[in-house]
Amino acid sequence: MTGAATTVITDPGLFLNAVVAGLLLGGFYAAVALGLSVAFGQLDIVNIAHPAFIIVGSYFAYLFGARYGFDPVITGILLTPVFFVLGMAVYSIYYASFERTGQESLSGLAFFFGLMFIIEVTLIMIYGVDYRLVSAPYIGVNWKIGVVDFPLRMAIPFVVSMLMTIGLYFYLSKTFIGRAILAVSQDRQALQLMGADPVKIKQVAFGLALATASIAGALLIVIGPVEPSINREYIGRAFAIVVLGGMGSIAGTVLAAFILGIAESFVLTYASPSWAPAVAFGILLFTLAVRPSGILGRPS
Amino acid sequence: MRLGGFWGLMAAALLAGLAFAALTNNEYYFFAAYAILQALIMAIAWNILGGFTGYVNFGSAGFFAVGAYSTVALHKFLPSIGIDAPLFVHVLAGAVVCGLIGLGTGYLTLRLRGVYFAIATLALAIVGQTFMNNWGYVGAAKGTSILTPDPPQLFWGYVSFSSYVKYLFVVMLLLSLMAIVISRYIATSRFGRGLAAIRDDELAAECMGVPTLRLKLISATVMGALMGVAGAPYPFMVTFVDPQSAFSLVIAVNSIAMPMIGGTAYWYGPVVGALLLGTAQEVLSVTISSELNVFLVGVVLVGCVILAPRGLVGLVNDMRAKAKRHG
Amino acid sequence: MAERILSVKALTKRFGGFVALDCVDLQLDEGERLGLIGPNGSGKTTMINCISGALLCDQGTIIFKGADITRLAAHRRTRRGIVRSFQIPRPFRTMTILQNLMVPMEYAVAPGARGGDLETEARDILDVVGFRGRANDNSGRLTQVDMRKLELARALAAKPRLLISDEAMAGLSSSEVDEILDILFKLNGRGVAVIMIEHIMRAVFRFSERVVVLDAGRKIAEGTPAQIVKDPLVERAYLGV
Repeated sequence: MTGAATTVITDPGLFLNAVVAGLLLGGFYAAVALGLSVAFGQLDIVNIAHPAFIIVGSYFAYLFGARYGFDPVITGILLTPVFFVLGMAVYSIYYASFERTGQESLSGLAFFFGLMFIIEVTLIMIYGVDYRLVSAPYIGVNWKIGVVDFPLRMAIPFVVSMLMTIGLYFYLSKTFIGRAILAVSQDRQALQLMGADPVKIKQVAFGLALATASIAGALLIVIGPVEPSINREYIGRAFAIVVLGGMGSIAGTVLAAFILGIAESFVLTYASPSWAPAVAFGILLFTLAVRPSGILGRPS
Repeated sequence: MRLGGFWGLMAAALLAGLAFAALTNNEYYFFAAYAILQALIMAIAWNILGGFTGYVNFGSAGFFAVGAYSTVALHKFLPSIGIDAPLFVHVLAGAVVCGLIGLGTGYLTLRLRGVYFAIATLALAIVGQTFMNNWGYVGAAKGTSILTPDPPQLFWGYVSFSSYVKYLFVVMLLLSLMAIVISRYIATSRFGRGLAAIRDDELAAECMGVPTLRLKLISATVMGALMGVAGAPYPFMVTFVDPQSAFSLVIAVNSIAMPMIGGTAYWYGPVVGALLLGTAQEVLSVTISSELNVFLVGVVLVGCVILAPRGLVGLVNDMRAKAKRHG
Repeated sequence: MAERILSVKALTKRFGGFVALDCVDLQLDEGERLGLIGPNGSGKTTMINCISGALLCDQGTIIFKGADITRLAAHRRTRRGIVRSFQIPRPFRTMTILQNLMVPMEYAVAPGARGGDLETEARDILDVVGFRGRANDNSGRLTQVDMRKLELARALAAKPRLLISDEAMAGLSSSEVDEILDILFKLNGRGVAVIMIEHIMRAVFRFSERVVVLDAGRKIAEGTPAQIVKDPLVERAYLGV
């Protein structure tokens, strides 16, 4: 480790860049994990197909960019209602088939697993396995402040992601429906007594979770080219973040996203990029072994 | 199925397979049959932890690939120290390595909710693929070729095979029958009843005296070992192994789809599912792309999980129960 | 003179900042019938979770039949003779009633102590709870009172020295309550000590030789049913005055 330590001293610029790149990456990762944080953290729905939906969002951004010249972030925002409705539909199927009969564990998992496959291979059948990318005026632009690089293709997603996260956080804590969503994970009966239908609330919540995938997908393709199998890399990252951050805590999700971003950035900078997917897994395993409730979660 | 009937069926299957091997020389049939038997072993293995115990493994492709790669590595290493190992050494090695991985993953995550085990196995498969992509000794991302050995002479020359592919088919047939026997034994034993209790209600099982952690770990180890067994002969069959094909999507989705379509609660569920789905896939594989194959399996899986969660066997049992009530 | 079978000292359990049990003592003799009562949230279920091993306590000791079991795994405690039933019944739904009994008979009872013919033994137990002839019924679709009976039958099959019954009578009709009470008396007649957690006071007072009262995680009273009824602290805990 002294090698790395001396590198920091002899090349502080590299170190600083690794940190900044990690923070920017982490900010984006928060967008990826946000939907899962709501679905898994609040609703206890193990939606392993969430990253697959994100990739769908990426392909929409690609499509609208190639066909109509839309900016990817605009596409992502425009399509949130579509993803929201899709989320409600998926939850309705999930609820009718599994939650109502109490068979969530095996069948529910298999359901989302199958869904993930269907989405991935559908994309392969339509678009093939080549990488797709978008063009936008800010992609390829780099701001340099002192010795640190701020590539706009990372900075813009960082900003959008943070805005989305803050927006969702305030929605959940300040509005009636938002608070109902937080409540439904804690006390179904109290919610029913208050006149809110838990099933409808969960539908809205899952719709919101999937709506974030639209934006996260757009941000993903801004950061770099995508191809269908990327979704599986992001499963590990998304779950690592949600588990590390603590179930049900959005602040925890954001914190964990930054930690993962910085960890990957350091591995990328000082070790080898081909090991990046293993970082998330390592963090996930470590968290499960040491403190499964995560940083900001409630210990059970 | 009564014991006598079961062993009779196993013997019949063995004889049928051997007759098939003796009577035809069309290599294509052996490739297809091998693929089905390989899927059968994977489905049976998955079901031991998935259907019997209730813990879902999403990383089946990872276990399979590690079994295949342990063969690749050993096949390179042993001759370098002068050992020419027969196939069963590779099969044994695959079983041991993957059994240990199953045990290790289980030890880290089976004390938590089943969800975390599922996620950990999925992440494990991805990390396994990353590792193999980087490990030069076995060819890294570019892969490696295996030369087909000569078909062996067994039993002092009384048993010989006209091609290595035929030999692999027979080996796989024996391994499949072994997997079925193991699975049935587990299902009908005290161990299996303990697993079923864990699946139905783990807390109640623990409070009824079932050592849940120990049983879960054994179950995960057996599953891992069987998947390693399925993967070990693979390099010799396909003669070229790279991470992309070893950690295949088809294997991953089939390992879950086949037991679920057949019926996870019964030892013969995965057998039914594998034979049906596997045969369908082999028949269709000449006409459809592998992506469409995975797509269809995915659709069937989702449809089955929604409409027939207890699989085909469950459906049949339900119909018989209904007939009994009305009859 | 009956021997002490259970000795719980200074049992403490916290959930984050919430103290569910605060330094609670409990003693029980062999074959004794103890009632454990208290308002909702007073820690009764947490107490039996700690005694049965479903939860590990934060502080305190639990001695059972002379051995310290404080950190022992739940399944090992069951094998030693501590068996609990669940407030919300937890049958093994894919199994028949008989198969439900097989699990504790094969796992909770030491190999040497298993009777020769498990099936006969199972049918005896089914007779005790009134399930004669229903051995092959599916356990997934039972009435409330039948599920409670299955819980007790399963607990019986584990050959307990101490049975903890967690609100086995909640929501039952008066005659159903008597049925359950009957089973518990039969059990006790065979020498099994019983801790009964209940809200149905007539059952508690009929059944218990001694009653312990919990409130907000602390033991606030202990004595015979007659003494407890007159205790002002108990009255205040229940009525909040």
